[in-house]
Amino acid sequence: MIRKVSVFRHEHFNAAHRLNNPEWDESTNERVFGKCNRPHFHGHNYELIVRVTGEPDPKTGFVMDMKILSDIIIDKVVNKFDHRNLNLDTEEFKNLNPTAENIAIVIHDLLRTEIDDALELKVILYETPRNYVEYPA
Amino acid sequence: MAIILLCVNFAPLIKIMVYLTRVEHFNAAHKLYNPAWSREQNDAVFGRCANENWHGHNFELFVTVKGDPNPDTGFIVDAKMLGRIVKDSIIEKLDHRNLNLDVDFMRDKMCSIENLVIGIWNELKPLIPTGVELHCIKLVETPRIYVEYYGD
Repeated sequence: MIRKVSVFRHEHFNAAHRLNNPEWDESTNERVFGKCNRPHFHGHNYELIVRVTGEPDPKTGFVMDMKILSDIIIDKVVNKFDHRNLNLDTEEFKNLNPTAENIAIVIHDLLRTEIDDALELKVILYETPRNYVEYPA
Repeated sequence: MAIILLCVNFAPLIKIMVYLTRVEHFNAAHKLYNPAWSREQNDAVFGRCANENWHGHNFELFVTVKGDPNPDTGFIVDAKMLGRIVKDSIIEKLDHRNLNLDVDFMRDKMCSIENLVIGIWNELKPLIPTGVELHCIKLVETPRIYVEYYGD
């Protein structure tokens, strides 16, 4: 019988961003993105929850060593995005609108290559205490 | 020598003081950077908070007033009206803004939460309805950092 367990690691980072589509004129950007399009940026305390799912290893009892998972998230995600401007300071969002949806996809892809393929990975990202996204859906 | 005795009944002067807090929130960018210092000195003192291109937070704002409940309404203040005052005078100026560049009452000040909470106090103080007194403003920058200001 397969018994899968999910383990979760919670990390956080603070960043500035703005939502803007450079292919649109200013009035379209304002209409679609509202206050989030303001030119001088705004920011959030992002709360990141990473879920890893699989069968506990019979030798360790772990799905994945949580310390290693934490180190990977800090190294690959937090050190890249914390106290940064997502639009200006990161390669990932040079040509990609840094919505919560896109940030979750980017974080997933940064982590996916670091975690055993046999384990499922899900990223939950809170942009505010009231807005959050999940990827994969 | 005339001795004047004043007899005062103090009983009606005893007030019941109640504190009411209105919670609002805003999201904003800022940086901690002293333009009189070198980049190296700013980095040494403010660390990642000095990042040239800003960073940001979800701020939570707690505005506490104190007063005696009105016998007709039971309120010390209409909480909805207090919320409207905070939204119109503070949140409108701060939400989805750059605190260093966009906020008139933070101009030429270091953009720390300490200075921000004092600025918010000074903006709100004259707008507080009669009958209540502004008691405390608490400003939460992250789930792990907040400041309180009592006006003194």
